[in-house]
Amino acid sequence: MSKMNNFMGWVDARFPATKMWEEHLSKYYAPKNFNFWYFFGSLALLVLVLQIVTGIFLTMNYKPDGALAFASVEYIMRDVEWGWLIRYMHSTGASMFFVVIYLHMFRGIMYGSYKKPRELIWIFGMMLYVALMAEAFMGYLLPWGQMSYWGAQVIISLFGAIPYVGEPLALWIRGDYVISDATLNRFFAFHVIAVPLILLGLVVAHILALHEVGSNNPDGVEIKKHKDENGVPLDGIPFHPYYSVKDLVGVGVFLILFSAVIFWAPEMGGYFLEHANFVPADPLKTPEHIAPVWYFTPFYAILRAVPDKLLGVIAMGASIVILFVLPWLDRNGIRSIRFRSLAYKLNLAIFVISFVVLGWLGMQPSTPTLTLFSQIFSALYFSFFLALFLISKNEKTKPVPERVTN
Amino acid sequence: MKTLLLAFLITFMPLTGMASGSSVHLDEANIDPTDNASLQRGAKYFINYCMGCHSVKYQRYSRMASDLGLSDIQVEDNLIFTTDEDGAPSKVGSLMTINMSDKYAKAAFGVVPPDLSLVARSRSPDWIYTYLRSFYLDDSRPMGVNNSLFKNVGMPHVLWELQGLQTARYEAHEEGAEKHISHLELTQKGSLNEAEYNTVVRDLVNFLAYVAEPTKQKRESMGIWVILFLIIFTFIAYQLKKEYWKDIH
Repeated sequence: MSKMNNFMGWVDARFPATKMWEEHLSKYYAPKNFNFWYFFGSLALLVLVLQIVTGIFLTMNYKPDGALAFASVEYIMRDVEWGWLIRYMHSTGASMFFVVIYLHMFRGIMYGSYKKPRELIWIFGMMLYVALMAEAFMGYLLPWGQMSYWGAQVIISLFGAIPYVGEPLALWIRGDYVISDATLNRFFAFHVIAVPLILLGLVVAHILALHEVGSNNPDGVEIKKHKDENGVPLDGIPFHPYYSVKDLVGVGVFLILFSAVIFWAPEMGGYFLEHANFVPADPLKTPEHIAPVWYFTPFYAILRAVPDKLLGVIAMGASIVILFVLPWLDRNGIRSIRFRSLAYKLNLAIFVISFVVLGWLGMQPSTPTLTLFSQIFSALYFSFFLALFLISKNEKTKPVPERVTN
Repeated sequence: MKTLLLAFLITFMPLTGMASGSSVHLDEANIDPTDNASLQRGAKYFINYCMGCHSVKYQRYSRMASDLGLSDIQVEDNLIFTTDEDGAPSKVGSLMTINMSDKYAKAAFGVVPPDLSLVARSRSPDWIYTYLRSFYLDDSRPMGVNNSLFKNVGMPHVLWELQGLQTARYEAHEEGAEKHISHLELTQKGSLNEAEYNTVVRDLVNFLAYVAEPTKQKRESMGIWVILFLIIFTFIAYQLKKEYWKDIH
């Protein structure tokens, strides 16, 4: 043991190893009342690591070339030892990343975790979400199937709607007049290097900001208000070992669900791997029905709800951008949903329902009836933010306890 | 908390619903991927009847041999009819490509017959099963046949000697209105009866489903062991958590 201590002393004199361990794990005090919803932060980190590791192995056999890409994926699926498992982990991981992130974001909204002094955690989180969408979108082009190709074609052509600079901009992004080998190569570069670097940097910023102010909790009360004589919050417990072992249980349950998809339903009925993507990209043949992968469909539905292309693009952009300013739209000082008014709860419920319904609508072929529904639910989606701004000013809230409850 | 649970359920509900939405009626193929004899027959039919025009170019002969319980020699002697660039028979380790050039195919059929490695995943086994039983006589088509599932398809009815030939019967319709096929009737007998022909098609579909994902069997049987391990892991993790959390109130 003393040899170990000597070694750590030597390291600590040169690098803050023990200091960092204590600051972020063994002496980082988290509220003791975390519930089910608090698993998704660490799970997001787990999925990120899985995606990076499986991605590295995929890169060893994948060929970012319009003539070879599709075949190289099938080569991985058939001829590379365990290639099928690595590929399914990566493709399932992409969808599960969004499942975890959506639940994580909903937790933040529900318990008011974005409120003062945690606005920057939320902003970094939103930047992560946008970067993740870019990462997923560019990754989806790489298998070079029909949906990869035409999905990218549709989304990039949206840039063409911007006045004056639109068409040259779309051309610049594609590097060609249509999606082509040039596009595939640059998307590969972004997918494996550029965006992952941004993601990792933002994850560090997200966690540093969190550890600077401390974690919120389901009651939304500040645990740092009540400390013992050593300055330790009375309702706080060290993250390690308490939450590290608890998160291990979450990891176990998550991996069971994750494995069930990988081994028994990797296509997830066409939601995780779309059927049309088993046909190689063909620039001359448009598929009957082009739909993005499920995690983009709520925004795609908002885009299609607006008859004008430019206004549709603006609406879609706004539906994401507006989430950034959530900390300032919610004017109520109380954080947790537990002590807020019925009006607030109903508003949030309508938001969740409209997001899910929009997600479904975004997968359907456009019909006049469905477009009408898209318009109604897009309006409901945006009305959440307006209603939140209005309701939160003078809300009939319940008394908030001084300390956390169990 | 109840509302939260509800919200959670709603979030996941759409994931369990519908598959790719097609309103066309498909007959069920009812394939059995564990039936090796059926897969072997399917391979035989595919290589004899289909592989003149359709490749399965992501599959290797040798992989097919080992997965279907055949020896390399058996495959070399009975199932390899293609040749390499020098005209020598394809090696057992080579991919199952075809000798017909795209240019020739285009001239002969108007379209290049697609590679069928993944057709069972892009279409579905039921689709192929229905398709191969839906050819009918149609003088207006270059090959003399049409298909009620895939209208104006360029493919001839390759299996006609086995199935015989069907004629379309139409629903009652008004003069000039579009005709709808009500059913197909066998008007010229083939060498097999209906049940025998359906079995041939089922074997063929079974083989195509296998080729679309050769690891499927292994994947599905492995899953149970992985999940059993994870259940034990989670149980131990939970006991550990309980032990640590004893003193937290």
